[in-house]
Order: sequence, then structure tokens, then C-alpha cells
Amino acid sequence: MSTGATKKLVSKTAAPDGIAVHAVDLCRIYGEGDTAVNALCGVSLDVPNGHLTAVMGPSGSGKSTLMHILAGLDKPTTGTVEIAGTEITNLSDSELTRLRRKHVGFIFQFFNLLPMLTAEENIVLPLEVGGRDIDKDWLDEITGKVGLANRRKHRPSELSGGEQQRVAIARALVLRPTVMFADEPTGNLDSRTSGEILQLLEEMVKDYGQTTVMVTHDARAASIADRVLFLADGAIERELPRSEPGAVLAAMNELSR
Amino acid sequence: MIKVALRGLLGRKLRSALSAMAIVLGVAMISGTYVLTDTINGSFNSLYKEIYKGTDAYVAARTPLKANQNAQSPSIPESLLAQVRAVKDVRVADGGVTSFPVSIIGKNGKVIANGGAPNLGFSVNPKISVFNSLTLVSGSWPSPNQVVIDQGSAKKGGFKAGDMIGILGAGPEQKMRLSGIVKFGTSNGILGSTLAGFDLETAQKVFDKVGKFDFIQAAAKPGVSPAKLAQELQAALPASVTVKTGQAEAAKQTSDTSASISIIRDFLLAFAAIALFVGIFVIVNSLSITIAQRMREFATLRTLGASRAQVLGSIVGESLIVGVIASVIGLLLGFGLARFLMWVFGRAGLELPANAMVILPRTIWVSLIVGVVVTLIASVRPALRATRVPPIAAVREGATLPPSRFHRFRTVGSLILVALGFLALLDGLFAKGLTTKQILFTIGAGALFIFIGVALVSARFVKPLSRFVSPIGVVAVVALSVLVWPISILIWAIKHAAGNATEFPSVAPDKIMNKLALRNAIRGRERTASTAAALMIGLALVTLVSVFASSLTTSFKGAVDSIFTGDYAVTAANGFTPIPVSAAKAAAKAPGVEAIASVRVGEALVYKKTAQVSAVDGNASQLFKLTWVQGSQQTLDTLGSTGVLVSDSFAKSHHLKLHSPVGIVTPDGRPLSLEVAGIYKPPTGGSPLADVTISAKRFDSAFQNPLNEFTLIKMKGGQTAANTKALGRSLAKFPNAKAQTKQQFVDAYISVINQALTILYVLLAFSLVISFFGIINTLVLTVFERTRELGMLRAIGTTRRQARRMIRHEAVITALIGGALGIVLGMVFGALLVERIKNLSFSAPDRLPYINFVLAGYPLVFFAVAAVIVGIIAAIFPARRAAKLNILEALQYE
Repeated sequence: MSTGATKKLVSKTAAPDGIAVHAVDLCRIYGEGDTAVNALCGVSLDVPNGHLTAVMGPSGSGKSTLMHILAGLDKPTTGTVEIAGTEITNLSDSELTRLRRKHVGFIFQFFNLLPMLTAEENIVLPLEVGGRDIDKDWLDEITGKVGLANRRKHRPSELSGGEQQRVAIARALVLRPTVMFADEPTGNLDSRTSGEILQLLEEMVKDYGQTTVMVTHDARAASIADRVLFLADGAIERELPRSEPGAVLAAMNELSR
Repeated sequence: MIKVALRGLLGRKLRSALSAMAIVLGVAMISGTYVLTDTINGSFNSLYKEIYKGTDAYVAARTPLKANQNAQSPSIPESLLAQVRAVKDVRVADGGVTSFPVSIIGKNGKVIANGGAPNLGFSVNPKISVFNSLTLVSGSWPSPNQVVIDQGSAKKGGFKAGDMIGILGAGPEQKMRLSGIVKFGTSNGILGSTLAGFDLETAQKVFDKVGKFDFIQAAAKPGVSPAKLAQELQAALPASVTVKTGQAEAAKQTSDTSASISIIRDFLLAFAAIALFVGIFVIVNSLSITIAQRMREFATLRTLGASRAQVLGSIVGESLIVGVIASVIGLLLGFGLARFLMWVFGRAGLELPANAMVILPRTIWVSLIVGVVVTLIASVRPALRATRVPPIAAVREGATLPPSRFHRFRTVGSLILVALGFLALLDGLFAKGLTTKQILFTIGAGALFIFIGVALVSARFVKPLSRFVSPIGVVAVVALSVLVWPISILIWAIKHAAGNATEFPSVAPDKIMNKLALRNAIRGRERTASTAAALMIGLALVTLVSVFASSLTTSFKGAVDSIFTGDYAVTAANGFTPIPVSAAKAAAKAPGVEAIASVRVGEALVYKKTAQVSAVDGNASQLFKLTWVQGSQQTLDTLGSTGVLVSDSFAKSHHLKLHSPVGIVTPDGRPLSLEVAGIYKPPTGGSPLADVTISAKRFDSAFQNPLNEFTLIKMKGGQTAANTKALGRSLAKFPNAKAQTKQQFVDAYISVINQALTILYVLLAFSLVISFFGIINTLVLTVFERTRELGMLRAIGTTRRQARRMIRHEAVITALIGGALGIVLGMVFGALLVERIKNLSFSAPDRLPYINFVLAGYPLVFFAVAAVIVGIIAAIFPARRAAKLNILEALQYE
């Protein structure tokens, strides 16, 4: 695979300005022949800069597959994805890695912190892995923002679940990525803590203009999004603008009917 | 539960196979050792049976000395043959002589020899075929002044019947006609020995045994039993000879041989035991990790109603299956190993008389039982821990194993173990009055305790140890990467040209990955410690050998420098076969010789123990500089026929003063009346003289066929090219002797020591290989366990190379901890051993060297670098697995 071909593809389907992630006609088929399963089919979407986009759907709807493909962790069977203007579906592993270092941040359901590192060490890990300098002011800023200013030297085992997820959010933000992907960020937290984490995510988008894609099946989580996409059977069935939890829930119920 | 165990195994093929390697290798060493030594034993057994098959009675001199392979028994007068023949039940009798070394000189003027195998000479009498075990292959039997040689030597030297050939016996080389080529019974060779056969008279002349026999063989008349014949002969012959039946003689020779073979066998088995001991560490470690990872599985079994005993049974059952399979594979591998070694021996010319492998039932059951038992022992502790997994762990995220009940005593307990180990070690080394067996047992138990104790206690110190070795590892890895950089770049260029874009190889350390690796090593401190411990054991022993070697060689060099004042030394070309006295006489005639002195060594009965006696001749006072307690340099030249020179330690242990009588009995049973003429202090580094030394004149009259160990020479003008040439010319007739400068003499001796040590290194390599598999195993398990972390790291921008480097650095840290502990322990052991040898008092029959502790730095640095390389290589496979993980699957891994 040559980079020349990649560039050509980019120019052909160049994303409009103000779009962080631009996906066209994504299909993901698992297996072959009779046993082939369409996890995703004909999905196109744009994630605008500075927006929080939520992806909702029942389990098996393809919402996780969509997020993995948008983040470059999985490859679509057909279709293209651009992140910050770069076509990513044909990139090699090391090219993808370099792209993630610069443009992509992750928040996971199970936090995925390294237990042998302190909170602060976990936060700056993406910078260190990428060999980039630590911007001290920015670090202080986000550590304070997520409310861990006096928990910096603690190990994950000494932190509560909510605190661990705050570390994970700071870790994703430290890069100031083009787009941050959050995979069920509240899936492993109690409802009070979930509320706090959601509020934090909302602030990140509002205060720092952090483009975010969040996959969730929690209607309350989706209610903080600027836009909610509903997935069913591998296709986008519906789209809501910013809505109350009740409206989201109603849309969800309609979908599963 | 057996079904569960079996399923569990199949589900973890790789892990099971990696830990089974430890057992496979250890058991292979056991079975290989048994097969090899049994085969050699069997070969000699059939060989001796063949030699004595026609002999009913065997007459030889009676000697008070303990049987010794290297000493030749004294001869008997020729006249005894008539007395034997006169005994009425004797049908036929004949006498013969044998000698060694009797060398065959090749066309290149060098002695034909195979490794260290002896060069044998003997008389042949084809007329009495019952006593003749030789078969003619070509040519004819020897007439006077002719010789027959074995097939192997003929082939090696390119000789055929009718050629003229050089023979070196007790005198200078002489040319003889090769009348024929023979083989020994049905076999082509006897472990590489060269054979030279002569008719009786020629043999007696060549061996300097005119008028003597070494033995008389007799066959009985029909109806007379060998025992009866032997009895009759003993009655008819003087008490200076002993008569045995042919069978008894064959049995004695066989048991003499198998005694030395069993020493080799036990020696090799000791190394197998070390390998298995290391293997236990590897298995315990991998089982512990596996069980921690399978906690949820055990808890689920418990919730389904399995009892603790059933959980225990399932794990022990798994180990049993692994143990049995590994032992069987090891057993078979051992057969292959033995076969391979025999092939190697054959290639080196040390052909075994018979080629069939001897596999005794004992070999099979010992190998299997040891393999299975070792595996079971290793599984007990981890299995017991698994039984303590509570059923609730099935539903709890991130549950950890409950600590053992004895956990809090662990540090103290292991320190006590180390202390006990050192006490046992010191006791074994320095306590008086222990038998060899007790010494070896105590030392072995001590070392065992120390190793286990250090392994346990080191888990507490993994943090500082890792912090200490990590930067060393970084530097070493960078240095090694720079060394192989050209190759890495070449590979990169080739891949790049093939359109396979990879990152350009860099040698710079990856700070964050090294940091993560260091934290990981500390996080899994128990597994890091016990993985390192396996390597520690092998490296400790390797270091011990190296420290011993450097102490020995440096001390030896110092001793030579301080004691030898000559310019040249004449020694055997191969470094250890004694040389004829006439060689020194020839060398004395070289122009420019100012002083010459030789040292002879023989065995005698010294204070009722078989011990070495040495002798000096010529101008010894000008060539040896001794440190005198009593007497002076002059004493060396004036020992006369009664004077004896003794070492200070010998004098002390036998309470000897000047003029004290010393009781020595010669091999043929004659007491020598001697008195102390001087007492000296042997130099550290090895004495050229035995504890008792007499004059060469007295030695030659008391000992048959005296041979020189070496000869020292002082030349006019010192070491010059002309002098070297003159000495070489004077020794032309003695191809097995060579003149060396003092430096060459030292170097030759050191190279002999180093060769012996190489064998130890090779044997210890087995243990190192096992610990190497241990590191691989731990890393593979670690990668399994940290799959999700690896997925996260990759998701946030870690490249594959970085992931590989992280695993690699963890391996390097583990290996270096093992290396550091091993090297330190090895040095301590080495210092203790040297101290022990330094304080040896009178030790018969060996002249063990008196040595000083010398630490050679570069082998230790080499071992540390080797540890790093072991770590790097062990990491290759696990690191690739880590790098190849699919990020998505890894993130979803539980």
C-alpha cells in the first residue's frame, strides 16, 4: 500500500471544513457466505468540531462497531473514514498509531488505567508514549478541571470508580485530540457518579470545544449530547437534536418495538 | 475432575508445553547419562570377558597399593613361567608384558592419539590362540623387531602392512616394520586407545622389561575347574604373586573400570539434579501464575459444588499428566542424547567397543519416577493455594488470591533458610573428619537451602533490585543494539525494498516503555523474583566455576614464576602423559644446557595410604626455588639414598622433624628406609612436588619403569631462538616430548584446565536453558494477563515496536536480577571453596593445588551481558505476541 493512493482518496472525498470525523457509506460484514453478518451497513455521518455526538442503540445494533471503525481500531469492509482530513481505512498499523497519538483520545467503560502508575502518570501516558513534551499549564488545568488536583500521586487502587474515570478523561484530554471517543463511559458507575462524569464530559465539550463521540445505552448520558444518533440492525434509524432523557428514552423504545 | 484437568491442559497447550520443557531437559540428562555410562560399562564388560575367555588362572605381582587405573602394577620374574608350567593341572601357560604409553608415531612425526585415550603396548603370542584376543585383519603376526597395530591407528596414520613405522616405548623412537593390522576380538577399537603388539622379546626390549613378565596366563587340563587351578598355582608359587581365576580377573578389571565410570555417572547425574532443581522453580512459577489467572474458573467449580479436594485433585492431576508426558519425552530424548554423544565420541576417535545402546530397566523407571515426582512436588504449593479460592471470587471483579497462612513468616523464614544453608555449607567445607559423601551431601543441602531462601527473600527486594538493574539493562541493550545496528538496518532496507514499510531501526532507549517495564517487574514481584531465581542458580554455578578457574590459573602462574628458575620445560606433547627418562638425557646433550633437572612421580604406600611420591634429579637446586622451613637449596641435590623432602603440612600432620624416619612402601611391597632431610613450604598455586620427595637415584631403584613428569632446563643465554632449536633437535627422537619456554609451559597447563572447565560450562548450560524457558513462560503468561492493558496502550498510541520493547525490558530486568544475584552468590561460593582448598592439609593421593582467591572481572561482565542476551532472546516470542494483539479483542479481553 502506498501513501500516494491514500492521498488521492483523501482529495476525492475531502471532508468539509469544521468536520472532525467524516464517514461515508460504512459497511462491516463479519464472516463469509451464508454465515455472513452485516454488523453495519450503509452508514454515513459527519462529526462536527466542538460537538458531542452520542450513538445509541440496543445491544447488537452495531454502535460499538461503528465507534471502533470511526476510531480506526477496526476496518470497514467497505466505505471510508476521515479523521482531521486523513483517510484512515487504508493506513498501516504504524501510520494508524501515529494518527491516534495526535488526533484520537479514548475513554473506556472499565477505565483501563495502569495500576502501577499514579493518577498523574496515567494522565500523561499518551504524551510520553508519543514522545511529546508535557505542557505543564495544560496538565494543571485539566487535572484541576476533573477535580483530581490533590489526588495526583494516588494509584488507581486508591481511587474510587468515579475518580478513576476522571483520570481516564484527563488522560484522553491531555492530548487535546481532534476527537475523543467514549465507550459507555458510565457503564461501570453508580447513578450519582454517572451524573458527575456526564457533567464533566459536557463541560469538556462546552469549555474546551472538545469534539466527542460517545457510545452509550443510557438515555441520561445521551441527553447531554448535541445530537443523538440511533442505530438499529447496523443502520442509522433516527437522529435527534439535543433532547431531554425522556425524549431519548421514548425514541429508544420506539426503535426496539 | 480428571476430565476437567485434561480439558484444562488442552486449553493451555503452549503454557503447559513451556513448563514441561524443564522436566523434559532434566529427565533427558538423567536417561542420557544412564544409557551412556551403561553402554560404556557394558562394552568394557564384554571386552574383558573376551580378553580372559581362554584364561583359567591369572598370575600377577601382589601389590599393597590400592588399585589405580593410572599406575602400572609391578612385574614378576620370567622364571616363574617354568614353575607355572610345572604344575600338573596346567594344560598350557604363557607370560606376557604390557606397557603404556607405547606410542605409534605417524608419518608427520607426531604421536597418533585420540583425545585423552591411552596408547597401549603389549606382547602377542599367536601360537597360543586361547590367550590371544587379537584378530589379524591384514598382513601377518609380528616377527622379532616387527609390530602390529590396530585398524584405527593404521587408518589415521595411513599405514599398511609392510610399511616402516616409528614406535616410542621406554626409550627413544625406533623404526620397525609393520607386519600386520589387527583388531580386538570383534570390535574395531577400545574407546580410542591405540594398540601396538610385538612378539615377546621385542616387547620386553621396547618396554624396558627384559627378563620380566607383567602376568602369566594359564589354562587348565580338561576336567579341572579354574578355581582349583588357581588354588594349585598359588600353592606352588611364591607369596610375592597372586593368582586369580580368569573370570575373577575379568571381573576385577571390569569393576575397576566401572568404578571410574560410576564417578563420571554420578558427576553427570549431579548436573541433571541441578537442572531439575531449576526446573522446579520454573514449574512452580508458571503454575502459580496460571492459577492466579484461573481463579474465576476454580471459584465457579466451587460454586458448582466441587470440594477443595477436588480442586486440588484437578490441578495435581494436570501436573501428573504433564509430568508423565514430559518424562516420557525426556526419556526418549535422553536416548537420542546418548546416541549423539556416542557419535561425537566416535568422530573424535573414541570409538566404543560395541555400538549397541544398553538400556536397563533402571534407566526407564528412575527417569520416569524422578520426572513425575519433581513435577508433583512443584505443583503442590500452587495447588494448595488454588484450594483457598473462595466461591465468591466467581462473581467478583478483580478478586485476588488469599495470601498463604504462612505469608507473614515468609521473610523471616527465608532468611533463616539462607542462614541454615550457609551453616551447612561452612560445615561441609570446613568441618573435620567428614567422609566425602557427608561433605558432598552437606554442601549440596546447604546450597539448596541458600538458593531456595534467596529466591524467596528476593521477592521482598524486587523493587530496589529492579531499580538497580534497570539502567544497566538500558545501557546494555543500547550497546547491543548498536552492535547489531548494521544488520537491523540491512533487514529494514530489504523489507522496505519489498514494499513492507516498517519503522527505521533506532537504538535510542524508549524511556516510557522502560519505565512501564520496570513498574511491571515490580508489580509482579513474586513472579519476577522466582523467574530470576531459576536463572540465578545456573549463573551462580557458572560464576563459581569461573572464580575457581581464575583463582587456579592465576595462582598456578604465580607459583611457576616463584618456583621455577629455569628457561625451558620439557613436557609431554599432549600435556599429561609422562615421558621416558631417556628424553631428559637426550635433552641434556643439547649445546648450551647449563643445568637440567627432572621430576618423576610414582605411587607408593605412604603411612599405609596409597599416595604420590615424587623424585628430583640433576641440578634441582639451580632450577627450583623452594621456601625452606628446614634445610636449604643444597638439600635438593643431596637427598642421596635415604633423604626425603616433605611439605610443611605433611610434616605437621605426621609430626615429622629433621631426621625423623618416614615409612614408605614401594608398589612391589618393599619398605624404604628414609629420613627427613628437609621441610619446605609449597607455594600457593600448586607444587611441582608431591608431599614426599626422594632422590631420582633412590626412586629409580625402588620403582619400575620410572617416567618423568617434566624436565626443567637452564640454558646459556636464556630463552633464545637458537636454544629453542637446539633443544628441539636434541628431542627429535622423542616425538611425545616437547621443549617449551616457561610461558608456553604455563599456557599449556592453563589450557588443559580451561578445557576441563568447558565441560562444566556445557553441563551447566542445561540449567541455563531451562531458566531461559522459564523466562519465556513467565512473559507469555504476563502477556495473557495484561492483554487489556496492552490493548489500551496500543489504543492510546503505543506502536508495536514500543510494545515489544516494553516486554523486552521486563525480560532484561528479570534476567539481570537473576544475573546479579547469581554472580554475587557464585563469588561467595567461589571464595569459600578457594578458602577451603587453601587450608587443605595433607591430601593423598592427589596433589590438590594451593590457591588464592582471584576475581577475574571480564568473565563476570561477560555473564552479566549473557544474562541480558538471554533476556532479550527469551522476550522475542512473547513480545511478538504482545505486539500482534488485535487491539479490539485485547480491549474486550477479560
